[in-house]
Amino acid sequence: MAAITAEIVPAAPISVPKSPGFWSGVLHRLCRDPVALAALAVLVVIVAVAILAPYIAPYDPTKGSVIRRLKPIGTEGYVLGTDELGRDMLSRLIYGARLSLIMGVVPVPIAFVIGSIIGIIAGYTGGITNTLIMRTVDVFYAFPSVLLAVALSGALGSGLTNALVSLTVVFIPQIARVAESVTTQIRNLDYVDAARASGAPAMTIIRVHVLGNVLGPIFVFATSLISVSMILASGLSFLGLGVRPPDAEWGLMLNTLRTAIYNNPAVAALPGVMIFITSICFNLFSDGLRQAMDVKS
Amino acid sequence: MLVYAFKRLLHVIPVAIGVSIVCFMLIHIAPGDPLAAILPTDASLELQAQMRSFYGLDQPLPVQYALWAWHALQGDLGTSIATGRPVLAEILSASVNSIILAVAATLIGFTFGSALGFLAGVFRGGWIDRIASGLAMLGVSVPHYWLGMVLVIAFSVSLGWLPSMGGGPGGSDGRSFSWDYIQYLILPAVTMSVIPMGIIARTIRSLVADILSQDFVQALAAKGLMTKHVMRHVIRNAAPTAISVMGLQLGYLLGGSILIETVFSWPGTGFLLNGAIFTRDLPILQGTILVLAMFFVIVNLVVDVLQSAIDPRIQRS
Repeated sequence: MAAITAEIVPAAPISVPKSPGFWSGVLHRLCRDPVALAALAVLVVIVAVAILAPYIAPYDPTKGSVIRRLKPIGTEGYVLGTDELGRDMLSRLIYGARLSLIMGVVPVPIAFVIGSIIGIIAGYTGGITNTLIMRTVDVFYAFPSVLLAVALSGALGSGLTNALVSLTVVFIPQIARVAESVTTQIRNLDYVDAARASGAPAMTIIRVHVLGNVLGPIFVFATSLISVSMILASGLSFLGLGVRPPDAEWGLMLNTLRTAIYNNPAVAALPGVMIFITSICFNLFSDGLRQAMDVKS
Repeated sequence: MLVYAFKRLLHVIPVAIGVSIVCFMLIHIAPGDPLAAILPTDASLELQAQMRSFYGLDQPLPVQYALWAWHALQGDLGTSIATGRPVLAEILSASVNSIILAVAATLIGFTFGSALGFLAGVFRGGWIDRIASGLAMLGVSVPHYWLGMVLVIAFSVSLGWLPSMGGGPGGSDGRSFSWDYIQYLILPAVTMSVIPMGIIARTIRSLVADILSQDFVQALAAKGLMTKHVMRHVIRNAAPTAISVMGLQLGYLLGGSILIETVFSWPGTGFLLNGAIFTRDLPILQGTILVLAMFFVIVNLVVDVLQSAIDPRIQRS
């Protein structure tokens, strides 16, 4: 009985190990996914090549010569041959990474920001605002992506800015749809009701309770769009609606080399290989990210 | 069923109006005077004024839209600057070719895609799954216009088996079901089929895996049903979704055929659109986009209604 009446010692502060956060868990799972890591490594190399283009490209990508047109792969001094104007293919592919990445990647983060804002507002406010916003989104969603991109750039005319604007407009409705549906789900959860009942202003509820829960799924969806965006962006250039010659961009190079498929097919196909590699790496990485963020699995 | 179809139709009308507004605005976001796009550059001042009032370009935008939509509803989409023919006639003759190509591509894509997806779903985690999923991943990642070029290089330039471009030996007129014409269809259709193949394979894989994990499949197996009979139930359950994905892909291919049709000079709507962009033939550009987008809206509607007819559970949700 003595034990029971023993003096009560104040509990020593227990040091609870800080539970690892959601993002470190994602990072941990991602690091164990060899495919996603390999894809990321390739992407890092491509980005590095694009940034360092002036230092690693052996020649000026716009400088051609009539006497060395369409040299095959493996020509002395021109490892990947030359294009239809005698410009070094390796240098053009290296420089091409810059515009191709800008055209393919930039529309997605812009559309991510605008689309998320539109979708979260629609999802959180509901009612007539939601109907108005989502019906407008439906209209743009009613166009196949390729058609909408071509229609807008076709009307606006060719050029980098116009292509970026068109692609951004294509992706905004797609992202807004996802943002709206996840926000609507979160909005109806009890803790959001509780926050509203306790008098929290709408902005606070969105910032504290909604954003943290919806940005993840929207982000994963947006990363999956980059691969689509790469293919579409190069497709616009391929149609002559993106950047203008003599700028080096993979889609445009593919277009101008089309006439060379009879003389030098291997060189003509090279820019497409780059688009393919980049697009598949973005796809693989996005898949890995989705799996890593899906806590259920 | 009819009530559901009617409800869907009511939902589609505002979308269709919105789509037409976007198409109408295309000419107005284009740099320059819209009239300059409709008239030849050497048009006289009287003609310019006449056309301006005929098209209502001196009116406010909403009135212009109403006029344009009224003409469009009656099948008057204007006149092509390049050929002087009515836009609708140009589009109709091109759409036949586009439909042939898109249907052929969808059929090829659906056959291989569903077979791949089904195998991958049944043998989930095995080597078949890895190969099928890998192929599906390649299918959704490949820039199809480049794949088209590669196929031309392989089968036309190197092997000389198939023609590299065009719609037939004498153009697309007098199309017949003979090798002379079909050989022109093979490369573009195969190239185009890669996208729906990848998407259908991925959809069916997860669908089949999902159905196989349900209780009723276990119950069927437990009561001693042979695997092939169990599979029949799985296929029946997967069919509505598979068909709707196929329908949507057909719509995408019809609307987004511009790249493939350009690569192969296939005389369809995409090729028409590409030509219109280069000649700044805005009436053709606007008309083609309107028709293709409306077509996509209608395909979506039909797919929705068909799906609900096959699977009544959809109407309730």
